[in-house]
Amino acid sequence: MATGFHGVGAAVAALSSSPSNSFDSKKLLCSPRRSFPVRKGASFVVDRSDGSVNLDNNPKARRAQQLIVNAVANKADSSPASSSSKPGHELLLFEALREGLEEEMDRDPRVCVMGEDVGHYGGSYKVTRGLAEKFGDLRVLDTPIAENSFTGMGIGAAMTGLRPVVEGMNMGFLLLAFNQISNNCGMLHYTSGGQFTIPIVIRGPGGVGRQLGAEHSQRLESYFQSIPGIQMVACSTPYNAKGLMKAAIRSENPVILFEHVLLYNLKERLPDEDYICNLEEAEMVRPGEHVTILTYSRMRYHVMQAAKTLVNKGYDPEVIDIRSLKPFDLHTIGNSVKKTHRVLIVEECMRTGGIGASLTAAITENFHDYLDAPIMCLSSQDVPTPYAGTLEEWTVVQPAQIVTAVEQLCK
Amino acid sequence: MATAFSAAKFTAQPFPLNPASTTSHDSSIVFAKPTSLFLGSTRKLRLTSYSKFNLSRRSGTVDAVSDVVKQKKSKSSPSLLITKEEGLELYEDLVLGRAFEDMCAQMYYRGKMFGFVHLYNGQEAVSTGFIKLLKQQDSVVSTYRDHVHALSKGVPARAVMSELFGKTTGCCRGQGGSMHMFSREHNVLGGFAFIGEGIPVATGAAFTSKYKREVLKEADCDHVTLAFFGDGTCNNGQFFECLNMAALWKLPIVFVVENNLWAIGMSHLRATSDPHIYKKGPAFGMPGIHVDGMDVLKVREVAKEAIGRARRGEGPTLVECETYRFRGHSLADPDELRDPAEKAHYAARDPITALKKYLIENSLASEAELKTIEKKIDEVVEDAVEFADESPVPARSQLLENVFADPKGFGIGPDGRYRCEDPKFTEGTAHV
Repeated sequence: MATGFHGVGAAVAALSSSPSNSFDSKKLLCSPRRSFPVRKGASFVVDRSDGSVNLDNNPKARRAQQLIVNAVANKADSSPASSSSKPGHELLLFEALREGLEEEMDRDPRVCVMGEDVGHYGGSYKVTRGLAEKFGDLRVLDTPIAENSFTGMGIGAAMTGLRPVVEGMNMGFLLLAFNQISNNCGMLHYTSGGQFTIPIVIRGPGGVGRQLGAEHSQRLESYFQSIPGIQMVACSTPYNAKGLMKAAIRSENPVILFEHVLLYNLKERLPDEDYICNLEEAEMVRPGEHVTILTYSRMRYHVMQAAKTLVNKGYDPEVIDIRSLKPFDLHTIGNSVKKTHRVLIVEECMRTGGIGASLTAAITENFHDYLDAPIMCLSSQDVPTPYAGTLEEWTVVQPAQIVTAVEQLCK
Repeated sequence: MATAFSAAKFTAQPFPLNPASTTSHDSSIVFAKPTSLFLGSTRKLRLTSYSKFNLSRRSGTVDAVSDVVKQKKSKSSPSLLITKEEGLELYEDLVLGRAFEDMCAQMYYRGKMFGFVHLYNGQEAVSTGFIKLLKQQDSVVSTYRDHVHALSKGVPARAVMSELFGKTTGCCRGQGGSMHMFSREHNVLGGFAFIGEGIPVATGAAFTSKYKREVLKEADCDHVTLAFFGDGTCNNGQFFECLNMAALWKLPIVFVVENNLWAIGMSHLRATSDPHIYKKGPAFGMPGIHVDGMDVLKVREVAKEAIGRARRGEGPTLVECETYRFRGHSLADPDELRDPAEKAHYAARDPITALKKYLIENSLASEAELKTIEKKIDEVVEDAVEFADESPVPARSQLLENVFADPKGFGIGPDGRYRCEDPKFTEGTAHV
């Protein structure tokens, strides 16, 4: 069972199929490291334990393949040999984030961290543990409690040549920085006519935790999604956490990286080689035929748990972790819709104005002809997350509801 | 020789801050030893009632910085504050600011520029006094009243006027407008529409300067950042938060308050519990200076010290410039609330007239030379208008061009290609 982490939800615990609580991709019948080009109804499911990839002959697919996550970054060919030769190493998600951050800080001296308690304390979820000792107090800056101002300071630093990673101790605190994030982070590249770039990464834990109360359980992705000029990604596994962290730091755009409070202790074996995850791409978690389930962050695990039940009942769901909350990867999503013709969105945002709402609109606009049924969107209730455990459980989408929804959709 | 700051020796260790009880002679405190030259936390707060605006009280607090100037002048009689070249440079910059803003008003009423336009008439001494001391690599952050800051920093009048007209040749390609003047080349970091919003950005630029020196080991990096903002902003949280951080980390920044006594229609005295803004500096551990912002030479003297302090790594300074805007808050402001007597009082202290008088009285320049400068500036401004008039408006393809530095941020379309690969994409689509 989950050790040393008090907040693990039932869904996460259920994933631990082995005593060591490791997230084993093979057991879930998916390869989280690949999103496969699916064209014209043909599905290429290459699920090899060594993580290698079969390229098809279609040049467009090959081109799409080049956009895809590679275990070995920056190599034109993802040769199977290189990814299978090294043993890899096991890390928890927060350690994966730290490893990604540390590697980027080693690589580029302009990368710096700022936030509350990121330095000496090592971060409230220990993502930055040890970094201040290694890189110094200026590079891993403990800020006073002034979100609006230190986020703005990060933006000013980014404009003048640094590459800051700003941590919101909880994403909810970034509501205080909304002014800077919306007005400056998103807009300054444009209002300056392209003169100033803002290669900032804003990251932190959000989402509904374990009875943390309403204010610590917020889903800010729904508030930020309209801001032009920013990208938003949500990590869900140690592999994509590290990959997205590195990609976000390397990106010239401002990126908001959403982590989830309950996912920090997931364990996975990561490659030893350098790799990044594409910021704009979705991740194929489980290919299937009957229904497309789109999800992200913690709800991925509720979906996968529901998927087990569904498989037992004879359904074959295709599960996609959209990962990129803004912009949506309409290619991966579209191909799936064209295949299954049924869409279920499972998200943790509230019903009103969430990522699911936008996704529903985007799919309806683009793939209306391919749908055999209206899109179903399961979201959290429109309520400030209650403290009581039972109420909190009913606030977010549970696997049983996902099963029911799929059954309804596939009638 | 007394200077505006007699800085105590710079000590590296953090000092216990107890501004209420420190005396002016405690030399272990790292802000300047307050003397009679400026008011730090040492003066007791004279709580007087500000039930109605009292001009004489205000001028009573204009303090010893002018004493410095007077001292200097009297000590060695022919010693002047500026050389002829400096004087002419300052005069030209003042006149440029004034002429440009006057032209803006004209153009606005002729329908060449739109939206909110905030003019700087009357406050030119602050911009000229500070910015003319900067190097190109130093940064300036301003507010919506930013035309003249950009001009003083070196952004060509043509580029600013084009920007105001919304043309592609504007400094921000027409995408920013009056309130968002940016120049990478001249390190003008904006132009911000919400007050207080630029102060953290300025703090960040100062942070970069310190980072470059200490982490990236660019030993000679001593770039200074100036943050300009008004009296209304001094009641905003971002102001205080940044004073704290700048003093805490000894960032090379100068906070310049352009106190023109009015935030649109809100008098500073009606909005602020303690209207002495300079006093808020020592509360955070930095010197707080008050200076007559209508006198470019006084501003320049104070600016020299403040910028010098920042360059030497001694940390930030808060400078409150008492100044006045001759026009309304913006071109849409009827400006009905301000007392005509107050306006007349400050009109009599027009910074351009004052400098002109100084230059002529001290034989630094002749009337003819100054007239030549004025004529030259008129031509520059006329040329700027012509250039802006003739410049093209942005094409539709410019619409989405600078939303992302890396346009892959628009994402992958249904066909599997990045949207930005479609050349027509920047014309704008409704697709998400």
